[in-house]
Amino acid sequence: MSLLALAEQALAQRTGEPAWLQERRAAALACFREQGLPTTRLEAWRYTNLAGISKTSFELAPAEAEASREAVESVCFPVFGCSLNVFVDGRYRENLSTPGALSGNAHVETDPELARAELGALVDPKQHPLAALNTALFEEVAVLRVPRGTHIEQPVHVVFAASGDATPRLRSPRLLVVAEAGSRVQVVQDHVRLEATAAAGEAPGFTNSVTEVFAEADASVDLVVLQREADADFHISNLAVRLERDARLTSHVISLGGQLVRNDLAATLAGEGSDALLNGLFVGSGERVVDNHTLVDHAVPHGTSRQLYRGILGGSSRGVFRGRVVVRPDAQKTNAQQSNPNLLLSDAAEVDTRPQLEINADDVKCSHGSTIGQLDPEALFYLRARGIDEVRARALLTRGFAHQVLDALPVEALREGLDQVLDRSLAEASGGEPGSAP
Amino acid sequence: MSAASKAAVLEIRDLHASAGGNEILKGIDLTLDAGEVHAIMGPNGSGKSTLANVLAGHPSVEVTRGSVVYDGKDLLKLAPEERACAGLFLAFQYPVEIPGVTNSYFLKASLNAVRRHRGEEELDAMDFLTLVRDKMKLAEIDEKFLHRAINEGFSGGEKKRNEILQLALLEPRLAILDETDSGLDIDALRIVADGVNRLRGPDRAMLVITHYQRLLEYIVPDRVHVLAEGRVVTSGGKELALELDKKGYGWLEVEPAQGSAG
Repeated sequence: MSLLALAEQALAQRTGEPAWLQERRAAALACFREQGLPTTRLEAWRYTNLAGISKTSFELAPAEAEASREAVESVCFPVFGCSLNVFVDGRYRENLSTPGALSGNAHVETDPELARAELGALVDPKQHPLAALNTALFEEVAVLRVPRGTHIEQPVHVVFAASGDATPRLRSPRLLVVAEAGSRVQVVQDHVRLEATAAAGEAPGFTNSVTEVFAEADASVDLVVLQREADADFHISNLAVRLERDARLTSHVISLGGQLVRNDLAATLAGEGSDALLNGLFVGSGERVVDNHTLVDHAVPHGTSRQLYRGILGGSSRGVFRGRVVVRPDAQKTNAQQSNPNLLLSDAAEVDTRPQLEINADDVKCSHGSTIGQLDPEALFYLRARGIDEVRARALLTRGFAHQVLDALPVEALREGLDQVLDRSLAEASGGEPGSAP
Repeated sequence: MSAASKAAVLEIRDLHASAGGNEILKGIDLTLDAGEVHAIMGPNGSGKSTLANVLAGHPSVEVTRGSVVYDGKDLLKLAPEERACAGLFLAFQYPVEIPGVTNSYFLKASLNAVRRHRGEEELDAMDFLTLVRDKMKLAEIDEKFLHRAINEGFSGGEKKRNEILQLALLEPRLAILDETDSGLDIDALRIVADGVNRLRGPDRAMLVITHYQRLLEYIVPDRVHVLAEGRVVTSGGKELALELDKKGYGWLEVEPAQGSAG
């Protein structure tokens, strides 16, 4: 079934939702109907061809797809004290979750009424037809509202797990984080494919995700988005954040799996003194295409944004980074940095990188740059001269390249688990065996 | 084989090598016996660092003629990591900065690679930490350097002391120091020299490459070789270093062919 037909059918069958949500879904679907899937004729999609998605006939996942606790645990990080909230195919699973008691009586909830004011406010459906498709189709919205002044100490792990079966499935995870004034929270948004049968591994899944984050005055949000789905999967994500006065946000978007990954991130610095650290790490192997588009909008004075996106591309994979920083006429004293270093591990790998600055104010500090390179032969020799064989030395250097993004990761507890996940991806990108610990 | 050559750790014969299309080493002969420390001195561009790089297996240097036998093995056939595992250590003139890889991760990987090769058990995190702390005291390096990226943001002296730390950890059979003294103040020089002297022993050999005589006051060599234009132009005892210090290298250029055969 085409995506449109699928969405129309699903919407017609959906009952029992509040009228406002039905209306929002219908309006979103109309946007998607009008625009359809983006094509490479659009500048923003020039490097990323969605033909693989339009050619596949997707179905929605069944309501109660099998997902065992063991399967969930096998992909979880053993993060002590973490609040674990598991969504399977976009539906909350109480029996798989251990949300724990969070400060301020905060919860990850799924009542759409809690999202009514903010849902869809940061993503224009006319600009983003795939986000519109998500609005039409998401099963449940994960809402995390952090009350005013509340500091949540435990990282909140929101797992969007895809069940494994042999039918190509479309899934539409939806997350909304509202950090009210003066609050603080760390969120890990984790996209995983649950252990599937051998046959299921062949079927491409399509995850079409939307996340909206509101950081109100003086709030602090640390977000880690981890994407580690199966090799055959498509992953399209739209992350939109809005920072009010003196709000702080860090995001780490880490893309490790899938045949095609496209991440759109839009950050609006809407309040003076707001500060955004937007980091990304993408690893390509095989024929993977990983495309990161970022847009940072400095709408008011005294905002700070720093972006560091690092790409590691092996096999005949392809990476894209397109980062735009817009400084509005009034946004004096803006400090914006953007950097995209890339590491190519093979001759067939490729990267298209285009950092862009649009500065309309005169008293600002902005810088941008990108590099494309290979492993430093002097560094390689240095390691080998210390007894470390070439394969290991390459793995170590590649890991080092990646770690320069991860070292800024605010969720300390996540680092070790992430290291292991990363080592596997890097080994694939290098075309070798996983580099075991020394 | 004679009794003398049995004890040789390193035998270099008629070694010619090129880098970037230029012949830099033009026939080096040198024998280093176990228990000995030899110094190699010479002006800039004489081929000192190229010699060090050939011995460590740097891919940018191509050996065009001659042989190097290390511990009875054909050294030139070994990959750089095989040389290191076999006990050859080069202290780099310019230690490389490697962002994103912590010094401790690196040191443990290196030590365990060498230990595996020797048939020794790999050290776990705890045993490694105990050992490395001990060696760090000797090299007078603060423990915080363990958690920093390899050589990144280290001062010149800190980088050299990090090399000495690796030397102390790996306990090589043949240590080659490539201008480890360059740019060091007197305190750092003493630390480097102490590190080297502590390792001296009847089974080990060292090749100390230096531009200055100063280091040789601390590391007293058994032999001094002077390199000029890719050849050993003269060799002598430790007093040769003093003579060079007094006269400079200028006089060598007048008689470049002298002594090149031995």
